[in-house]
Amino acid sequence: MNPLVTPDIGLVFWTTVSFLVLFFLLAKFAWKPIMGALDERERFIEDSLSKAEAAKEEMSRLTSENESLLKQARIERDAILQEAKKVKDQIISEAKDAAHKEGARQIELARIEINNQKAIAMADVKNQVAALSLEIAEKVLRKQFEDQSKQDALVADLLKEVKL
Amino acid sequence: MYKSSILKSKIFTLLRICAVFLTLTAFSIPAFSQEEHAEHTEGAEKKFEPGEVVLEHIADSHSLHIIGHIHLPLPVIVYTDKGLEMFSSGKLAHEAGEHEAEAAGVYKGNYNYKLVNDKVKIVNEAGEIDDAATSKLYDFSITRNVVSMWMSIAFLLIIFLSVSSAYKKRQGKAPKGLQSFMEPIILFVRDDIARPNIGYKYQRFMPLLLTVFFFIWINNLIGLVPFFPGGANLTGNIAVTLVLSVITLIVVNLNGNKHYWQHVFVPADVPVWIWPLWWVIELVGIISKPFALMIRLFANITAGHIIVLSLISLIFVFQSFAIAPISVAFVVFMDVLELLVAALQAFIFTLLTALFIGTAIEEHHH
Repeated sequence: MNPLVTPDIGLVFWTTVSFLVLFFLLAKFAWKPIMGALDERERFIEDSLSKAEAAKEEMSRLTSENESLLKQARIERDAILQEAKKVKDQIISEAKDAAHKEGARQIELARIEINNQKAIAMADVKNQVAALSLEIAEKVLRKQFEDQSKQDALVADLLKEVKL
Repeated sequence: MYKSSILKSKIFTLLRICAVFLTLTAFSIPAFSQEEHAEHTEGAEKKFEPGEVVLEHIADSHSLHIIGHIHLPLPVIVYTDKGLEMFSSGKLAHEAGEHEAEAAGVYKGNYNYKLVNDKVKIVNEAGEIDDAATSKLYDFSITRNVVSMWMSIAFLLIIFLSVSSAYKKRQGKAPKGLQSFMEPIILFVRDDIARPNIGYKYQRFMPLLLTVFFFIWINNLIGLVPFFPGGANLTGNIAVTLVLSVITLIVVNLNGNKHYWQHVFVPADVPVWIWPLWWVIELVGIISKPFALMIRLFANITAGHIIVLSLISLIFVFQSFAIAPISVAFVVFMDVLELLVAALQAFIFTLLTALFIGTAIEEHHH
């Protein structure tokens, strides 16, 4: 038989022993940790990808939530502003009313006072006019009755009027 | 900057590997020629026989050829009916290198041992081969191939234990250095060999497939180096491929599930009277699949070695240096091709092993 295709028992033996030893050493100390590390890394990458995806979704969810919140906030702000404006208008109109009333009251008081003062002034003027008139009349009378004959005439007149 | 320095170092390593490889290819010729010239000068009548030289180089040997005339004797371990014996092969005359007296080539132990065609034989006092005693001799010697295999195993252990420790040290980080070189190959074995052929149960078989793949590959590569630490033709040896394919056979059939054995022994769609014939065919199928693996690896690697050695031998057949450049050019071409074949055969062996395992554990859904 051709020596090339005749397996030597010795080489068969040593190959078997050596290969099995190599197999167990590599399986225990090399392949197990290497495959474990590779699997773990792949799992980690997959995890990371799914987490990133989840984060992206969360992000978009948050964004839309933010937007809706913002919109709501705007609406609320508008409402508050409107309310404030209404309150302001009311306050202003109330203040105007109050001012009107107060003004009217003040005017009324002023008018009464003016009337009072006017009455007092008129009375004073009347008194002075009366006094002046009396004085003038006295002075006129004195002038008229400086002449004795006129006095007598007047007495005569007066006596004529008297009816007994 | 950091990255570019890694890149540079990688290119350097690649260049260094190429340089070493080319030097080795170039060196193999002077080594060869010295040997053959010695033969020529010492035995002028002895004609150069390329067939002999080629066969001697691809067969196993009891001594380790270092370079030129330097041979390292290896331990011979023989088991005979008189027990186990161990001695150095230096005590047996080496045919090719040392031309010593016939008597010096005989070691007297329990029997008289002599190397004939680099095989340990029992001889009688007259120096003739005793076939009856030799047939009971079991040679467990540490031969060139065993040494080469142990070196490759040492390489594999150094490489993959360091890669493994890199995974532990650099947990959760990107691979670096040797680790980043090996990782794609490991992933290739997992994603392109194991997963598609075995299916989701692939994890159980990963250690075997990875070991087989890297064992065959590194030994194919070491076999391409023409002298120490190469020079052996391990994966082109039928004993080695036999062991590997028997391991495949055992793993495939031990893992065969109910459907697999049902298909072999009680095929549902086959008439009962054909069953005996069916069993024979299935049995042949079970054996022939790993048998093909054994022959394929053995033949591919041996053929590559034979071609390279034959091309080199051309120089000595023509006895002309003029033929050397052509020979060397073809050898370089062949060596580059063999680099491809080295990886390819490792891939095919692993792929088919995975495929056979996949067939054996496949779940049928009717």
